[in-house]
Amino acid sequence: MRTLDQTTGEVLDLAAAHFKVPREQLSPGDDFYRKLKIDSLQALELLSRLESHFGIELPDYEVQGVSDFRTLADRIQARL
Amino acid sequence: MNDFKGQTLSWKLDGGIVEVELHYAPCNEIGLAMLDDLERLVQALPELETQASALILYSSRKEGFSAGGDLRELYRLSLATEGQTRADGMRAFVERVHRVANMLDASPLTTIAAVHGICFGGGFELALTCDLIVADKMARFAFPELRLGIIPGFGGIPRLRRDVGNAVVRDLLFTGRSINAVKAQAVGLVSQVAAEGEALRLARSTAAQVLKYDRYTSAVCKKFAKPIPLEDLRREIELFCELFERPAVMEALRKFVGSTDAYPYLP
Repeated sequence: MRTLDQTTGEVLDLAAAHFKVPREQLSPGDDFYRKLKIDSLQALELLSRLESHFGIELPDYEVQGVSDFRTLADRIQARL
Repeated sequence: MNDFKGQTLSWKLDGGIVEVELHYAPCNEIGLAMLDDLERLVQALPELETQASALILYSSRKEGFSAGGDLRELYRLSLATEGQTRADGMRAFVERVHRVANMLDASPLTTIAAVHGICFGGGFELALTCDLIVADKMARFAFPELRLGIIPGFGGIPRLRRDVGNAVVRDLLFTGRSINAVKAQAVGLVSQVAAEGEALRLARSTAAQVLKYDRYTSAVCKKFAKPIPLEDLRREIELFCELFERPAVMEALRKFVGSTDAYPYLP
């Protein structure tokens, strides 16, 4: 079972790798829309990648209004 | 007409396969322009069906297969009319869409939707007219209509019910959430999941397999295996038109059109 910190780390790793942002520039409290420079369509793509990586389903309504990595990881953690 | 290039879509017949490319910016919204071209396609089908065994429907827009109905156009046209005239206009549009969808659904060709990116609302309904859906692993499917105070109106509910169980039908409709391609395959909506960017290639490979079989037998098999839920489709038109007349719908459309979000149709 992953800890929340581990899940957050994996979310940051995945986001950095896919959106080609240096990993060291990302922190758990960052607004991912701003930091990754993504729009809502790309956020949906991030959702698909997270679902695939963690092997879970993450309904859109559970991440509505979420914009920071830590809260996103928390929503994922609840489904692991 | 074996080849066609329109404002919203193009098609070409090659080696027994009709490939229909949706290319209407930003993401193949289905409004009057798309409907005109889809009507041209179904008018051409009888001739194409004498020379082909399979049809592939795909999008060349990077955003996805289709974002659904053209809500901006719908709002603009609805604002220009009111009362019974508005209701009649909406009904006429929906009736036209259903005629096209039913003809695609009933075509003796084996039809394959190659889906990537977003496949929402009316776009999802268009994909559901096809016999098979091959989806890019990053594709997402959703019916977000309830947030506008309407139900899917292009035949989505009866066709969804034809293909999958109630748990999925109600989850998609009542929550408006999107599901990914792997989930869509697990519940029976998608027949094959492709690697990123490979959905069209897999659809072509599937179509090539279809070509090996006798066309007449395939058509008989399709007619038996995939009956068209005509009674429910009629009922859906009535319900959709009834809901569309409520003032809450125009208000929801107004908010949608006024949104500054680049992709306001997203959940």
